Amino acid sequence: MAKTVTARVLTLDRGGLSDEQLVAMFRNMLMQRQLDNRGFQLNRQGKIPFALGSEGHEGLQAGAAMAFVRGSDILVPYYRDLGLVLGVGITPLELLANMFARECDLSAGRQFPNHYTAHARGIVSVSSIIAAHCTHAAGIAYALKYRNESGRVVLCTTGEGSTSQGEWHEAINFSAVHRLPIVFLVENNGYAISTPQSMQMAIDDVADKAPGYGLPGMICDGTDPIATYRTMKVAMDRARSGGGPTLVEAKCYRFLSHSTDDDDRTYRDRELIAEQRKDDPVPKFERVLIDAGILDEAAIAALRAAVLHETNEATDAAEAMPQAPPESMYENVVAGPFEPWLE
Amino acid sequence: MNAISTAITNVEAVRATLHDAMAADDRVLIIGEDVGARGNVFLITKGFLEEFGAQRVIDAPLAEASIVGVAVGMAMQGLRPIAEIQFADFIYPAFSQIVGEAAKTRYRSNGDYTCPLVIRTPYGGGVRGALSHSVSIEALFYHVPGLTILAPSTPRDIKGLLTTAIESDDPVLFLEHKKTYRSVRGEVPAGHFTIPIGKADIKKPGTQLTVVSYGYNVHQALDAAQQLEDENISVEVIDLRSIRPMDKTAILTSVRKTRKLLIIHEDNKFGGIGAEISAMVSEEALFDLDAPIRRLCGPDVPAMGYALPLEEAFMISTERMQHAMRDLARF
Repeated sequence: MAKTVTARVLTLDRGGLSDEQLVAMFRNMLMQRQLDNRGFQLNRQGKIPFALGSEGHEGLQAGAAMAFVRGSDILVPYYRDLGLVLGVGITPLELLANMFARECDLSAGRQFPNHYTAHARGIVSVSSIIAAHCTHAAGIAYALKYRNESGRVVLCTTGEGSTSQGEWHEAINFSAVHRLPIVFLVENNGYAISTPQSMQMAIDDVADKAPGYGLPGMICDGTDPIATYRTMKVAMDRARSGGGPTLVEAKCYRFLSHSTDDDDRTYRDRELIAEQRKDDPVPKFERVLIDAGILDEAAIAALRAAVLHETNEATDAAEAMPQAPPESMYENVVAGPFEPWLE
Repeated sequence: MNAISTAITNVEAVRATLHDAMAADDRVLIIGEDVGARGNVFLITKGFLEEFGAQRVIDAPLAEASIVGVAVGMAMQGLRPIAEIQFADFIYPAFSQIVGEAAKTRYRSNGDYTCPLVIRTPYGGGVRGALSHSVSIEALFYHVPGLTILAPSTPRDIKGLLTTAIESDDPVLFLEHKKTYRSVRGEVPAGHFTIPIGKADIKKPGTQLTVVSYGYNVHQALDAAQQLEDENISVEVIDLRSIRPMDKTAILTSVRKTRKLLIIHEDNKFGGIGAEISAMVSEEALFDLDAPIRRLCGPDVPAMGYALPLEEAFMISTERMQHAMRDLARF
């Protein structure tokens, strides 16, 4: 299979997506970038203690979200999935309430930024522990298969660093043994904090790890939402129809530091990032939509303004919300009353 | 009242309870190493594969982290998995899943997700299990909020607490002492029977000193205490059954009556369960005591040796228990 799929200009290979869907993906990408920037701004303003960015992942996350069926599929995400959860049903206000750690945050102010939970919307509580969630995803997929809930698929995402963890391999192996309805999407941005892929593994393509476990590995250009959607559609449809798991590697680049507490100048050259900016998914997809005549400059400016406005409104609203009260710390430890000593 | 059935062993009680739970609720699944055709290394699940099918009795790949991790996912999705770790000594690869994931699922999602999971594992020594088939693991886990730890010692308590564990909406680490599997026999109530989590049981009432213990040691302590009756030493033996949460009322009520406390556990002393009990009693009832709190525990060495003298020296003999009880009674 082709290792990259380049979007064709003018005669757009749209992967079966409508104009509305293409614009929705683009809006999602703009919103991702705006919220990423907002997180870093709020941190530098001293308003939030921490932020995590997904900049550079916008294309693949918009594409993967488009292959996800809301109300049916289950997303088991990691912490660099802002666009994916936006595309699957988390709102900008919820993301900002999470950044500000407000009482009404989905985890009631307990979890780090970009750690979501929305059971009713099929979004599983995020663990910071690398690849710990992959075995959970396999268990969830097992439950779907056990109950004959055919047509439902689990989407489990990680970075490429996660593929070094034993639990990632155990999850892949278990899923293959039981032919589970699951897709493992590896968002390969080349770095695990500072450690480059070359120090993480001796192979160029994470997808090459799949055949040894007996499942197909696919690669797509993660800077291209249509290419990612097309690949993910194949993988999700295979799982949906009982064909078992797939490993998809979406190649992208991480433009920001790992987090607001990281300084990537200590481990990568500015020239390298400038080089990668040529493949920045947001302007690249903007050009595709303009060249295909789907959006013009004015429509794009209006979209950008709307996204900025929504982000500003959500920021102000979240900032004004109350913080989690200290006594809430004792809630939801266990089902019954919480105490190590019972009287 | 439940009717009383004929006496069975501890291992039979585990098997019968699992069987009843599997028959009663198709959300209950068993996942572990060799639980299928082999029927578990102690034959606990023998015949389950044929009766309940491979979808519900899952021979897991030999990887403990995913035995627990996959079960966590099943539990998040509404099933009630029972994950088996073949020997407690093999649980370490699953430590992250138990401590970091299962015990925190409800908390980190503020109740959006729960983890109704039972992790069963045989533990303890005295069976020539050497370094890696003898360990006691309770102290490694009892520090963890969100996790329930049960270690019953009799068939009745196994049935009641394992049933409660399976029906619990939170993760439970269920410890079964190997040496009691076939050496301890007792009657169990017929039909559906539960025992609440966090309730200790006075296995023998007494007046002069309180012994708090759990697991295999309870049976030895009962033997020792029975023999000391001949010397007019009256020992109350409390079986904790539940290690987290622990029954504060049972311990304090007994200690305030007998005014002396001896804690016995096979697990090594430093940082063990006994340290927490001792601290609690010191905080709550120091001035009710007539003697210092004593602990009789396993030695602080890395593991139990294979050679018989090494194993015997690690395990606490009934004679040593008697000596410790007599000594404290005379204080």
